[in-house]
Amino acid sequence: MIVVDVKLACCPAARIDLPLYSLHCRLPPPTTTTQLTMAAAATSLANPAAFSSSLTRRCHHHQQVFPSIATLNVSNSTKQRSFKTLITSNPTLTRRPSVVAAATSDSSSSVSGASFHGTCYVVRDNIDTDQIIPAEYLTLVPSKPDEYKKLGSYALIGLPASYETRFVEPGEYQSKFSIIIAGDNFGCGSSREHAPVALGAAGVAAVVAESYARIFFRNSVATGEIYPLESEVRICDECKTGDVVTIELEQSLLINHTTGKQYTLKPIGDAGPVIEAGGIFAYARKTGMIPA
Amino acid sequence: MTQAAIQHSPIYIHTYQTHNDHVHHNPISSMAASSAISSSSSPFITQKDAGVSPLFAHPSKSIKICQKKVSTKIVSVMTPQQSERKPSATGSVKTGMTMTEKIFSRASEKLRLSPGENVWVNVDVLMTHDVCGPGSIGIFKKEFGNDAKVWDREKVVIIPDHYIFTTDERANRNVDIIREFSHEQGIKYFYDIKDLSNFKANPDYKGVCHVALAQEGHCRPGEVLLGTDSHTCTAGAFGQFATGIGNTDAGFVLGTGKALLKVPPTLRFVLDGEMPDYLLAKDLILQIIGEISVSGATYKAMEFVGSTIESLTMEERMTLCNMVVEAGGKNGIVPADATTFKYLKNKTSVPYEPVYSDDQARFLAEYRIDVSKLDPLVAKPHSPDNRASARECKDVKIDRVYIGSCTGGKTEDFLAAAKVLLASGEKVKVPTFLVPATQKVWMDIYTLPVPGSGGKTCSQIFEAAGCDTPTSPSCGACLGGPKDTYARINEPQVCVSTTNRNFPGRMGHKDGQIYLASPYTAAASALTGFVTDPRDFLR
Repeated sequence: MIVVDVKLACCPAARIDLPLYSLHCRLPPPTTTTQLTMAAAATSLANPAAFSSSLTRRCHHHQQVFPSIATLNVSNSTKQRSFKTLITSNPTLTRRPSVVAAATSDSSSSVSGASFHGTCYVVRDNIDTDQIIPAEYLTLVPSKPDEYKKLGSYALIGLPASYETRFVEPGEYQSKFSIIIAGDNFGCGSSREHAPVALGAAGVAAVVAESYARIFFRNSVATGEIYPLESEVRICDECKTGDVVTIELEQSLLINHTTGKQYTLKPIGDAGPVIEAGGIFAYARKTGMIPA
Repeated sequence: MTQAAIQHSPIYIHTYQTHNDHVHHNPISSMAASSAISSSSSPFITQKDAGVSPLFAHPSKSIKICQKKVSTKIVSVMTPQQSERKPSATGSVKTGMTMTEKIFSRASEKLRLSPGENVWVNVDVLMTHDVCGPGSIGIFKKEFGNDAKVWDREKVVIIPDHYIFTTDERANRNVDIIREFSHEQGIKYFYDIKDLSNFKANPDYKGVCHVALAQEGHCRPGEVLLGTDSHTCTAGAFGQFATGIGNTDAGFVLGTGKALLKVPPTLRFVLDGEMPDYLLAKDLILQIIGEISVSGATYKAMEFVGSTIESLTMEERMTLCNMVVEAGGKNGIVPADATTFKYLKNKTSVPYEPVYSDDQARFLAEYRIDVSKLDPLVAKPHSPDNRASARECKDVKIDRVYIGSCTGGKTEDFLAAAKVLLASGEKVKVPTFLVPATQKVWMDIYTLPVPGSGGKTCSQIFEAAGCDTPTSPSCGACLGGPKDTYARINEPQVCVSTTNRNFPGRMGHKDGQIYLASPYTAAASALTGFVTDPRDFLR
């Protein structure tokens, strides 16, 4: 069982509305610095030990973990959902994220840093779940693979016409934008898990928002579909759709290659180890809540 | 907000202070803060402290609060092997708990807890419907096995209500999926519908889940109710903890009867004053959401107390708690009282034990509202916090009116609308769609006499006013739905609606303009063809 002592820095008053999950876990002793590819990350969901050792280490290094996590459920059985790999060496390539490759089962082998790279799609404040996935598409059941795929084709189709660039081109199932940059209260509205699922199915790897609505955040972490990160400042005002960005998870950094600017993100903090535990089911098994 | 506006503001906000007299401004209320802050010796917790148990102010000690950062050792995810922190180490021995905290305490079998703690709670009722049921079931079977059984077949309530009266094949299939599961599991409460051409031919069918839960006696004080729908918070009207969750969480609850939840801090709303006869609970919650914004209550509980609250019926309390999620709230809650007990009397035989916030309970902030100063309100497109008075919008021409949903489609909502139409005696000027929430509501519309009408029913008054015939009960067009959904907005029209959200495309067309309003305001607007203050008819 992974148990971690985490010191949380409390947020300034203005941000008090952000989630303040607390977790009690004990760190394993840090070994050599390891980094993490998304491939390893995702497959480590099938092999939690690999993922957890590096993530908990990151947790240990970041004393100022911003308390912005939810408990989460990631199915640790066969994946139709997993964190997608975004690593590409050519930033101009149209991104076609693949579900993760085979993993190493050796937990102590070094892996490259967890990062997301691709073009970003910028949205404003209060993007609600009806805009992310309009209600008429909710007849699609996310746990059915072919309907999961269809959900991707409708991701963000509810955005008003003021968003000139469509997120997913007609006839496509995935977006060429793999990172969403948003303002406040992303995902407000309904509890529909279809929302983070549609984004994940469309190939979104991470969302960087100023803040999240509660149920959407919880569902994102629960499904493992998208990595919900928070920015320190209003990045959505300084980035444009189509900018090439990289997110370095370990350094909690977003780099906009197009503008040359970079931004500190709030560390994923407690969400990291929770994701790595394999989600609520795996976590519950680990802690003896349900039989293994 | 201008200084004049602040002085006339009906909202008076307490922010809390520590015992070293350090006042912390609540940034949410910063507009009114300058004139409305009062010092209080009650042990309110600071916003900075929320979630930080060791630093809660002890009533008899002063504490030093760091201005910027407060470090705290994280406390407990409660697992069976964990040893609890001793009460003396928490600093919370002599402080009280809010009613939400007490519910968490009982449900997690922890003597004491504080906002910010993650705890495993025992779930009393899990609700799901046709939209999220299939996905939740899929996860349940994948995680627990195809032959797994739900943790308690009497605690799972499955209510088809969202996409029912449609030819959409997937929607129909989804009802089949939850039926198959209900039969396989022996689910006691499955409100089935098979004959879509005639809802009355389905004796088990109810309609909108949140209204059905209340009507069928599944809401009880002190309990934990989770549902795969954001408006599950409606049930907080019964003095219970009720909130929405996603499919994955629901799949977990199905198998274990437990959920890992974080204890929310509580915002308290004290509403006093006699409710004017042109106002409804919808106006109250629109006032509050407009005040604190769509993220003002994110991750927080919203507790409603005061003489006005005590005067509200159960259905009005449900309307109030229903839209808590529109402010980002985790749950809404109203203390149970004689009104609650009377409502529950013949509805449930399950024993329940209400809880109440202690006098020394800690609240993040307290808002005091004098309801006699409020006006009928709308939320203008495209956000529930885009508040304006109905009067201010009197030049807004509308194309249609929609009366329905868990928010505004209950029996009393229709009685209210009928009251305005009756007072006018005229016909509506725009198509007016009536969507009763449940079979029972539909029956009431056709049987209950409207006060002051000489024995007429709502249905008769609606017909005389030229409204559409009340349709089959369901969620209807509140959330748009499949293209053939009755009353769906399929063109860029302006609609006054008694529903709960008005984000772009909410009721169908992306360019639809939705004004959220009370049933009084909706009916008044139908009569004029413009957004209209109901006082034009009720006085």
